[in-house]
Amino acid sequence: MRIRYSLPALASAALVLLTTAIALIAYVAPEDADQGLSQKIFYFHVPIALTAYVMFGWGAWKALVHLWRRDPAADLESYVAIHQGVIFGALTLVTGSIWAKVSWGVWWAWSSNQLVLFLVLFLFYAAYFMLRFSIEPGPRRANSSAVYAIFGVALIPVSFLAIRLANDFIHPTVFTSRGPQMSGLMFFTFCFSWAALLTLAACLYQVELAGKRLDARLRELRELLA
Amino acid sequence: MTTAEKYVAAAYLVVFLVVLAYVLIIAAKLQRLEREVAELSELARARKEKEPERKAVAVG
Repeated sequence: MRIRYSLPALASAALVLLTTAIALIAYVAPEDADQGLSQKIFYFHVPIALTAYVMFGWGAWKALVHLWRRDPAADLESYVAIHQGVIFGALTLVTGSIWAKVSWGVWWAWSSNQLVLFLVLFLFYAAYFMLRFSIEPGPRRANSSAVYAIFGVALIPVSFLAIRLANDFIHPTVFTSRGPQMSGLMFFTFCFSWAALLTLAACLYQVELAGKRLDARLRELRELLA
Repeated sequence: MTTAEKYVAAAYLVVFLVVLAYVLIIAAKLQRLEREVAELSELARARKEKEPERKAVAVG
């Protein structure tokens, strides 16, 4: 079953949720005793990273659907999801760098497994576009892109678990086996921000998908009228 | 404004600017699609004008 979203309703929900999230971060969430105000970057940085993982996962799922049913619509959906994932991935790296600078005094730390693995994941998916646009449009391109997207998703648990398996002393681990290491109000703000960013990602995904579908239909119409 | 405040503002500003850039790209694309639709409708109209008029014939 295909769920139909009303794009204006989704965009309105994203706007309301994001505005509320910013108000929660600024006025409700308490200041961290250790890091102070700079910890407020956490409420956007981590949800953006998790949203990137969700988009990469969604792209891999759609790639699997394409390989299973040979459905060109699933190939387009996989491509758009990975594109969104790369945008959110780039935002994760930029916001993370700003946070690193204010907390650790450096923009980047090569000694942190979490940072390096996220960069590897980001570059892997950035290379997806090189592969996709180096092949002529058609089933071969769709199949190669789908296989690549599915391989990439294996990097997500590696990136997520690496910090927990290797003792990364630089990058903080907030979510441990004992639950989230923060107060209830901080955790609520975090969850709210994540919901807001997921809604924003869903909205941008639907907008881009609608544009790509319209583009394809216009190309078809042009060929018919030629 | 303290250093921490500046960095926090910069992090949120980056997110806002990226979303804004995305909206601008989509707006440019929408403009291109609008132009293409206008071209295609012009093409369809020209084709219709070129077609010889069909006479109405009683059926049955």
